Amino acid sequence: MSKVKDYIYAPEYECLSRSEMENLQSERLQKTVELVYNNCKPYRAKMDELKLKPSDIRSVSDLAKLPFTVKHDLREAYPFGFYSSPAHDIVEVHASSGTTGKLTVVGYTQNDINVWSEIAARSLAMAGVTKDSMVHVAYGYGLFTGGLGAHYGAQKIGASTVPASAGNTIRQLTLMRDFGATHLCCTPSYAIFLGTEIQKAGMDIKDFSLIGGAFGAEPWTYQMREELERLLGIDALDIYGLSEICGPGVAMECMQKHGCHIQEDHFIPEIIDPETLEPLPFGCEGELVFTTITKTGQPLIRYRTRDLCTLSNEKCACGRTTVKMGKVKGRSDDMLIIRGVNVFPSQIEAAIMNVSGVSPHYMIYVDRVNNLDIMEIDIELDGNLAPDKVSDVEAIKKKVETEVNSYIGLSAKIKLCESGSIKRSEGKAVRVIDRRE
Amino acid sequence: MLVKQLSVFMENRPGRLYKLTHALGKEGIDFVTLSIADTKDFGIVRFIARDNEKAYEILKKEGFTVGITELIGVEVADKPNALAEVVSLMEESQINIEYLYSFVLTNHNTAKILMRVNDTDRALTILQNKGIKLLSEKIL
Repeated sequence: MSKVKDYIYAPEYECLSRSEMENLQSERLQKTVELVYNNCKPYRAKMDELKLKPSDIRSVSDLAKLPFTVKHDLREAYPFGFYSSPAHDIVEVHASSGTTGKLTVVGYTQNDINVWSEIAARSLAMAGVTKDSMVHVAYGYGLFTGGLGAHYGAQKIGASTVPASAGNTIRQLTLMRDFGATHLCCTPSYAIFLGTEIQKAGMDIKDFSLIGGAFGAEPWTYQMREELERLLGIDALDIYGLSEICGPGVAMECMQKHGCHIQEDHFIPEIIDPETLEPLPFGCEGELVFTTITKTGQPLIRYRTRDLCTLSNEKCACGRTTVKMGKVKGRSDDMLIIRGVNVFPSQIEAAIMNVSGVSPHYMIYVDRVNNLDIMEIDIELDGNLAPDKVSDVEAIKKKVETEVNSYIGLSAKIKLCESGSIKRSEGKAVRVIDRRE
Repeated sequence: MLVKQLSVFMENRPGRLYKLTHALGKEGIDFVTLSIADTKDFGIVRFIARDNEKAYEILKKEGFTVGITELIGVEVADKPNALAEVVSLMEESQINIEYLYSFVLTNHNTAKILMRVNDTDRALTILQNKGIKLLSEKIL
């Protein structure tokens, strides 16, 4: 029996008719295109190349005329080349990992932080967070947007917010029990892990006050939801976001538990065919693309998320009229999400290349053990080495561990292998074996 | 003055040592001595063959990660405390023994000690000054 009493935080935006929403989007899109054209060099260049002027964009139906933006564009402009506002208007900077070790930077103005707080608040309202709630945030705080996103949302509502950040399971559980946390925000895999640790820690779920939570930053299945809900006795809802667009709250699942409502008055979604780049109709699976229409620090036009999913405009029983996105089915690139952190195999390769004594032949294995993601990297020792001391080999292993950790911010188990032992592939190299379900 | 040794990096899993010994055995390579330093994930096989150069070539060709190291070799009487005397000489001079192994040849009354230290030149001088018999590859 659900204990969550959900509500619509901003019905004036979340329940608009289609024509009202399109009018609002059109007006905001025009302003955004004007802003980026006049203030962001890469966008001016992209639009000039297409001989496109801001005045050519009059409504959302003109969206497809606009150029796409990809992660690579942001990296090329590292660190602040995608700002559309003067640097002195930026009040916060976040970053996520890029494909070659270079970070993807996102600058937020105060306006953007307000937008983020608003959408995160709307999201948490879907999980029933009110002024009376105690929200335990066990996402990592820092450059990663998970922690602060949930934090801003909970504070906007006026709930008590516990910025526990990630790690230290026993302390997390003790805080949640003793403070009477009603809601938990973290990655779904960590939530399940916390659930399984309660008994081991000699605690009883009956002593907890949890009723719901928002879980995201990594794809998860309906089976995981069932397990999570059973372990913690809560309603577990999916929250979606990416730092380039805003952070968590870009979309969130309502209590119908059937797709995430996209905050369409801030972000216009599209689904495209990742090969032809043509927009696809509702219901077709393709790559999710977002255009931000209220941000001012670093607005993005038709940003390709690389997440594969479907969009739906079917009426939702919750009363919201916003478009919903289905579960993310996969990626149109080779990015892995490990413990909520974005990892590209190319980053690992770049890290490994910094270590002398190993070859560029490696294989990455990702497993989920006790609901936690575990990464192992098997890598061949350089065939020309003449190791006779164990300590020399151990030192190489340690160096690989340190480099990988500093490149991707995650620890990996390193296994050194004999030269020639890792299977050479013909054609496209298989570097990653993801054994998670 | 030094003894040549081959060292091979090897993953710690079944079948690896067989592959090595078989590769050498079928080419008629005879081992004088062999020792393994093992960890959970990998091991380093150190050995001396009758024909080190040939053994090295065979293993290289087979794709092993193999190297040649030079060790100090000494010959002592096969009796109690002989090893301790050599070790104490190193210790007195603050020379660190990185690894050591020893073996006895059946038709001799002597034991051979092979070791790698962090200061080979000084160790050699000390051992020579004490009149300890040093091995070279030929004596093996």
